[in-house]
Amino acid sequence: MSEQTGGPPPTYTVALAGNPNAGKSTIFNNLTGARQKVANYPGTTVETREGICRYDKAVLRVVDLPGTYGLTPFSVEEIIARNFILDEQPDVVVDVVDASNLERNLYLTTQLIELGRPLVIAFNMSDIAAAQGLKVDLRRLSELLGAPIVQTVGHRNEGTDALLKAIVETARRQDRYEPRKVTFGNEIEEEIARLSQLVADRKVLPGHCRPRWAAIKLLEGDADFLARISSPDVIQAAERSRRHLRNVFGDAPEIVIAERRYGFISGACQQALQSTVELRHTVSDKIDEVLTHPLLGLPIFLVLMAAVFGLVFALGDPLAALVERFFDNAAILLTRILPAGRLQSLMVDGLLRGVGGVIVFVPNVALLFLAIAILEDSGYMARAAFILDRLMQRIGLHGKSFIPMVLGFGCSVPAIMATRILEHRRDRLTTMLVLPLMSCSARLPVYVLLAGAFFPESPGRAVLAVYLLGIALAVAMARVFRSTLFRGEATPLVMELPPYRAPTLRGALIHTWDRTKMFLRKAGTVILALALVMWALSTFPTAPDLEADYKARMADAKAAGRGDEVAALSRQLAREKLERSYAGRLGHVLAPILRPVGLGDWKVATALVAGFGAKEIVISTLGTLYSLGSESGNEALREALVADTHFNPLVAFTLMVFVLTYVPCVATVVAVGRETGSLRWPLFLIGYTTVLAWATSFAVYQGGRLLGLG
Amino acid sequence: MNRKEDLSLSVAMPLDSAREGQWVRIVSIDGGRGLVTRLLAMGLLPGTPVLVMRNRGRGPCLLAVRNSRIAIGRGMAHKIRVV
Repeated sequence: MSEQTGGPPPTYTVALAGNPNAGKSTIFNNLTGARQKVANYPGTTVETREGICRYDKAVLRVVDLPGTYGLTPFSVEEIIARNFILDEQPDVVVDVVDASNLERNLYLTTQLIELGRPLVIAFNMSDIAAAQGLKVDLRRLSELLGAPIVQTVGHRNEGTDALLKAIVETARRQDRYEPRKVTFGNEIEEEIARLSQLVADRKVLPGHCRPRWAAIKLLEGDADFLARISSPDVIQAAERSRRHLRNVFGDAPEIVIAERRYGFISGACQQALQSTVELRHTVSDKIDEVLTHPLLGLPIFLVLMAAVFGLVFALGDPLAALVERFFDNAAILLTRILPAGRLQSLMVDGLLRGVGGVIVFVPNVALLFLAIAILEDSGYMARAAFILDRLMQRIGLHGKSFIPMVLGFGCSVPAIMATRILEHRRDRLTTMLVLPLMSCSARLPVYVLLAGAFFPESPGRAVLAVYLLGIALAVAMARVFRSTLFRGEATPLVMELPPYRAPTLRGALIHTWDRTKMFLRKAGTVILALALVMWALSTFPTAPDLEADYKARMADAKAAGRGDEVAALSRQLAREKLERSYAGRLGHVLAPILRPVGLGDWKVATALVAGFGAKEIVISTLGTLYSLGSESGNEALREALVADTHFNPLVAFTLMVFVLTYVPCVATVVAVGRETGSLRWPLFLIGYTTVLAWATSFAVYQGGRLLGLG
Repeated sequence: MNRKEDLSLSVAMPLDSAREGQWVRIVSIDGGRGLVTRLLAMGLLPGTPVLVMRNRGRGPCLLAVRNSRIAIGRGMAHKIRVV
């Protein structure tokens, strides 16, 4: 990409690579400011960010690659990082290196050198390293690695300008870039020469791949790369070379190659380093003596979890209530302004409730993302996984799964988003699928109403029983999924515990803002659309004759001065309209299916259908179906239910269990769809929860009847 | 000449049976390919000295390796042989 005079400024693509915890995202924020967008790689759950910045008449498109230790395809992150560099051929790759842990960080550097794109090294956290006595001859090291090195201190925004300068200069000189050669010793070099000759002759290399790099990957037996090579000759030759090397070294070639890379690194370090550091963990280790203590670790974790829960819900719920009140007032206002009728209903019950139903999640979701950012940036998240690993492995889940599961008691939507902290797809999907069984706060009003009506002596015990049943079902289902859908050993824990660090407010806020924006844009629109569908289901088809009939009777009653009768007629009209709507008809259709579980009443079935919109709607729908106005409150509904011969304590408890287990609300289903990037998993979620709800309720109801409780 | 035979395997033991606070050196790793390459990238390879920081009960082990702290599951630790 050469520079033209007078034309538009050249755009360079800059890829940011580095180890996890090397301070990559802080450098990224410094480079791009708040002008960035978050995206998920297609078909994966890995989050990437991209931003634009300008420097010296050039435009830089900076892409933040996932943090990786190497570029061998162990995880999705590594494959994504590698394929981005291979396929998109960025003009410059910036390698963010944690200066206080140099040797390990330079391992990735050697692999980036092998890939052959022009490289700039950001020597990050150089302040900590210097304070601990690290003295580096940067010019020498830069020569040895064949790349300019810029000292940066990410969290103080130091060195950003120098880094930009180095990036632009390197991009402008990229045609003349010649990567250093990391050599592997005679035996291996011979095989590399042979294989790179072969792949060059056969012209089997994808894209811009360098033959030497390809040869190294073939020797390493890199499965992801082998899959890209179509020539059986090359594969066979690679297999022969690997066998030869294994015989020579008595060890797998990839291990020997890794050793040689470390050899290159320690050679470079010996020449460039005047002293080394071995201090940076002292404070961190002290903290870990307490936080990862075999006995204290778990209680401390639980306290911190309570704090997170408090932040997300105790602080978030009043804010959410404010949002709700705002939308309620807006609804009242609109009802007054707009003439009664279809348009008013669409605007108030459809659109406004739909938009409100999305915005109402924002306080909880934003606070959750803030909490996650703080836990991650401080380094505690890794400790949490360490502490819980054993417990969660038993269930077949990852240590980190605990956090979304706990959040599930508040609201499933932010909890589903919290599963992002899990790296492996298997762990993430299992957690997502069982998470809705952790009873969310929207279901609580349903339990409270039913338990209050039918278990007046001990409503708390009945509610607690439902919560415990939910946890038990979640554990059981996790085991079922792990032994069927996501078979295989639990993902072994291999994880760095980074030194503790005070999180920066700026970094945490940028994270929170980005992710909340993405929630609004991606999930919000679909939730709104489905809310409108739910509205239409309970509004159409219309019954004009019925309405005209009631209007006439109401007018008569009004003329006769019988105010009570007018109100009663209006409630009866609402009930009949709902019964004739699609939702009501669906209720009639579903009622027979629910009879074996004791819920064979069309009113209950209709309320459950409406509850797909949001679980708390179950109550207001029941209210309408018992011809109670919204103003008469829960007390009236409680009395109506107790008076209904269809209901008894067993039926009420079964209904509670059903509400716990059946299809989660629209927003949760959409969140699962968004996070997995597919239609399959949300549909599966709907399917399995339906079956589970029916089966569990059947067991509860019929079991109860056998015990003579019905 | 097989390197693994050099460092007589008779004295090697699985990493998960090392004592807390003990310095050991890695002799060999036999896990799945993917996992081995991840360990290599994180700096655990044959010959590397490792300090066992936590190794108790049935939870994961915590190691100090090349100036970083790495937690590995007990099952994995069992497949790493050290002296």
